[in-house]
Amino acid sequence: MQKQAIFQSKLLPYALVAPQLAIVLIFFYWPALQAVIQSFLLQDAFGLSTTFVWFENYIELFKDPAYFAAIVRTFLFSLAIAGSSLSLALLLAVMADKPLRGVMLYRTLLIWPYAVAPPVVGVLWIFMLHPSLGVLSRYLRAMGIDWNPLLDGDQAAALIILAAAWKQISYNFLFFLAGLQAIPKSVFEAAAIDGARPMRRFWTVTFPLLSPTIFFLLVVNIVYAFFDTFGIIDTMTRGGPGTSTVTLVYKVYSDGLLGGNLGSSAAQSVILMVLVIVLTGIQFRFVERKVTY
Amino acid sequence: MVEEEGFRRYIAHAILWIGIAIVAFPVYISVIASTQDNALIANGQMSLLPGGHFLETYYQTIFVGTSGSTREPVGNMMLNSLVMALAIAIGKIAISIISAYAIVYFRFPFRMPIFWIIFITLMLPVEVRIYPTYKIVADLHMLDSYAGLALPLIASATATLLFRQFFMTVPDELLEASRIDGAGPLRFFWDTLLPLSRTNMAALFVILFILGWNQYLWPLLITTRDDMQTIQVGIRKMITTTDALTEWPIVMATAVLAMLPPVFVVVVMQKLFVRGLVETEK
Repeated sequence: MQKQAIFQSKLLPYALVAPQLAIVLIFFYWPALQAVIQSFLLQDAFGLSTTFVWFENYIELFKDPAYFAAIVRTFLFSLAIAGSSLSLALLLAVMADKPLRGVMLYRTLLIWPYAVAPPVVGVLWIFMLHPSLGVLSRYLRAMGIDWNPLLDGDQAAALIILAAAWKQISYNFLFFLAGLQAIPKSVFEAAAIDGARPMRRFWTVTFPLLSPTIFFLLVVNIVYAFFDTFGIIDTMTRGGPGTSTVTLVYKVYSDGLLGGNLGSSAAQSVILMVLVIVLTGIQFRFVERKVTY
Repeated sequence: MVEEEGFRRYIAHAILWIGIAIVAFPVYISVIASTQDNALIANGQMSLLPGGHFLETYYQTIFVGTSGSTREPVGNMMLNSLVMALAIAIGKIAISIISAYAIVYFRFPFRMPIFWIIFITLMLPVEVRIYPTYKIVADLHMLDSYAGLALPLIASATATLLFRQFFMTVPDELLEASRIDGAGPLRFFWDTLLPLSRTNMAALFVILFILGWNQYLWPLLITTRDDMQTIQVGIRKMITTTDALTEWPIVMATAVLAMLPPVFVVVVMQKLFVRGLVETEK
């Protein structure tokens, strides 16, 4: 699609795209290229010389059980966060889509956590579930659970998933509600006339009609779990105890921070880039134009 | 309308209120904790009702900071966050709208390649290129500066795409009309296109402001001086020291202060927020 009415100018359009182009080239392409080049190099212990090593950094990575564990962990986190957050948000959205009094108020009260930053989410939840002073930890201990996410890796992982899913409820709720409101009410009336009970109406009518929204949100939630959980993890557990909450992004950060293996850190960045490209590709290929608001 | 029987309607209300409680509880706790005595909290004796230290805690948080190692007033951190968020939001809108204008209203060599170069940056979030970007910013001597905080986050393919889509829907007659009036490309942009884009710009601004205010990983990397910290980085440093020394009321007051501006924006400008969110994610 192109405009018919246009301006004629030789230099002006270049001047207009120049600022964005400059920033994109300096801060996006140049670093990305650096990461790719770096990932094929091996630096000696003192950083004095580098050698071209082909795919050795990548091979080393995939031979490293810690990296493999981080991949599996990141996917498990994504599924758990997306699954729990999406189902709760869908339940709330279905309720808020009913002709109830005060729906606008409900919507306002449910969407604001979108604005809470990940590190703050981390601080809020570690405070509530802190092993020694957490308000909720008392009840967990009263229930006979030996609660200490600072020492127990599985509990730490559960805490991260809980906090990350909590933050994402409002986003998912908002899009589910928009998706539900886009379904013509006559469809429900027809199903009701046919005698379908509410539960059956949901599974046979609402759910299939909502599937584009669900798919879209699934991709967005996975991307969120990959990247935006960094702030939550960094304030709550710093990847610990041990490495039990180290995700792929956290590993790039912490491996690079220790100043250790630049080549390996770069290779990890490149793998992440490929992952983002695949996810974005899926989003555009299957989602665009199929989700309606 | 499919009628809801009374009983079902009560269930719906109940579920929604439970959802609201789940969403609000952590924030309620933080507000309560920020008004209580640190010793009580450290003993795990925190009450679920407001305490009497509200003014004193917030005064110390905003103007003094923690008594521990990083003694930086949170008021200053908020100022840094504000400058960064505004720079990101305004910068993104400004550079995106002019590049979208060039791409839609002009024909020039390399138009589509340039469009694609911008478009592909969607796939390069800052998280996947942190250390190389850090190195470039360091080489440009922009560590610990507002430029270093904002510039690498400023290029936005989403905003460019959004304005491009919007410009495509603007009727050609408007351009013809202003051309008859003798307006050149810059006049047309300023007098016709910008006023038409106001709602889009406002919706985008709301989203970008929230995203900018909430940035974490990038400021964490490139700020080393305490006085350049943003509030999101500052709050993390407050809980680095050993647990016994963490001043929880101040941490919680900082959390509340960190939430206030973006939550305020969402609640007060809800229409623009929802519109911006839906538009940018499409």
